[in-house]
Amino acid sequence: MRKKQWLYYLPYALWLILFVLAPVALIVYQSFFDINGHATLVNYTTYFQSGTYLKMTLNSLWYAFLITLITLLISYPTAYWLHQTKHKQLWLLLIILPTWINLLLKAYAFIGIFSQDGAINHFLGWFGIGPQQILFTNFSFLVVATYIEIPFMILPIFNSLEELNPSLVNASRDLGASNWQTFTKVILPLTMAGVKAGIQAIFIPSLSLFMLTRLIGGNRVITLGTAIEEHFLTTMNWGMGSTIGVVLIVAMGLIMLVTGEQKAKKKVTNK
Amino acid sequence: MQQPMVEFKNVIKEYDDVQILKGIDIALEKGKFYTLLGPSGCGKTTILRIIAGFTNASAGDVLFEGQKMNDLPANKRQVNTVFQDYALFPHLNVFENVAFGLNLRKVKKAAIKEKVIEALKLVRLAGYENREISELSGGQQQRVAIARALANEPKVLLLDEPLSALDMKLRKDMQYELRDLQQRLGITFLFVTHDQEEALAMSDEIFVMNEGRVLQSGTPVDIYDEPINHFVADFIGESNILPGKMVADYQVEMVGKQFECADAGMRVNEAVEVVLRPEDLDIVAVDQGQLVVTVDTQLFRGDYYEITAYDADQNRWLIHSTNPAKDGQRVGLFFEPEDVHIMRFGESEEDFDARLESYEEED
Repeated sequence: MRKKQWLYYLPYALWLILFVLAPVALIVYQSFFDINGHATLVNYTTYFQSGTYLKMTLNSLWYAFLITLITLLISYPTAYWLHQTKHKQLWLLLIILPTWINLLLKAYAFIGIFSQDGAINHFLGWFGIGPQQILFTNFSFLVVATYIEIPFMILPIFNSLEELNPSLVNASRDLGASNWQTFTKVILPLTMAGVKAGIQAIFIPSLSLFMLTRLIGGNRVITLGTAIEEHFLTTMNWGMGSTIGVVLIVAMGLIMLVTGEQKAKKKVTNK
Repeated sequence: MQQPMVEFKNVIKEYDDVQILKGIDIALEKGKFYTLLGPSGCGKTTILRIIAGFTNASAGDVLFEGQKMNDLPANKRQVNTVFQDYALFPHLNVFENVAFGLNLRKVKKAAIKEKVIEALKLVRLAGYENREISELSGGQQQRVAIARALANEPKVLLLDEPLSALDMKLRKDMQYELRDLQQRLGITFLFVTHDQEEALAMSDEIFVMNEGRVLQSGTPVDIYDEPINHFVADFIGESNILPGKMVADYQVEMVGKQFECADAGMRVNEAVEVVLRPEDLDIVAVDQGQLVVTVDTQLFRGDYYEITAYDADQNRWLIHSTNPAKDGQRVGLFFEPEDVHIMRFGESEEDFDARLESYEEED
């Protein structure tokens, strides 16, 4: 009986090999070939010596950081409120609902809302301050990216708040802490795991956002995602595209390390 | 009488139209060990939460040293709580947990250290400062929770069934320690439990509660010896409760016979309930007994035998005896008049106390 156990893992193992490990190996392999198919390190030297790529990298990091920060600032209070409200499940459903809709559809909806004769400009028109250029600005890019990512931040924070033992909050109040002190000294440290999970779920995908940069940001915001797409589909320089891919994968690994659960002595166990 | 530390005046608590507390009047004096005793859901923890400030009374006044504190937030009250699940902060170590309240009050670092070490010494956990909470056993966590509450130097310490998660042996040890701690510190303890043994062992005064009311309050001995009604008699200790009739003062009729008793002040022929504690019943020879019963079963409880017997009318009798009996054996039961406690139906605690006083003065 025990010998056949591995059979259960087989489907997923195949999946993992075919669609995760093999592509990653291929990307790493590709990154060592130039556009003419010669094995070389030139892609890496180009990447790290060209100001354009480094600027793109910084750009990606900066926007991913902004998106994550704005999302966090909106999501934590929302999750906190959600945790204390009466009809949690209903509100949670409303927050999750947009994630069931295709990303492209949502992006197109925003094009309509932000466009010259869209809903927002109509609204601004009533006050005589429209129409404004909203679409294809950094602002609109940040708004839409944040909108899309918010549920993925709210959920882990909400879950960690739900797991928090309410008598810890009472204990803090009992020992003389004000509401704010209770938040900073008890609630926030004990829900850090949720915050970290949310940051991982948002910062890493945000590094390689490219569709939104084009549809909403109007290619003003050039991120590494945009660059990869260009290399694979337009310039056909797969080697360079793969190199950027490798850089992204390494960056993701680093972020996982930083935000991941440290195996230090401070093991947080919510009773 | 001195100013009570905490006083409840007709406190009512409602949740969604359900009354959890139906008019509570209690007063806690300085330096005494009080226990709220009752089955789960009787409202005892709600009283604790109202004193701590985690919830508010729907009606009535809550006074602290004579000052109304109904709307005072929990962090401004000079009371501290030991929680049932200890509620220790898992992200802080033992020292940081105990120092939590002191840190908030901007006490100097050196003074904090001194007080934390002192509080840990008090609960016999000196040297555990740098341990993580997850490294401690249940009993040690319990002590840290007590030290954390005491480090704040509260005037009243609230304890919410703090021993319920501990094993039997540890629980008994902690009973002694808590009692000892309370007497050394001289602060008011309010202890909540559903364990009558715990309440009897530790308290200066017990409030027996059921369904949102205080049924009886008094010293453990008073409550054990003179339970006011069926519920209290049944809840505190084991008892034989039988229907009876007062034939005259100090004379009660039950199981078809008349017995001398120690109670008076009731109407002639008033229907009453009679309580006989199992340890007050002595097994004697058939011809010497006031009653004859047949032994049905017995359980060995370690320090005594718990014997179940039936009389001629098939009334069940519970007897605690240091000597075993034989199953099916006919034995006599003997008891003194002062072992026969009479309870009137629906008598309030005030009337009960007044009646007891009226005939105790005559004696």
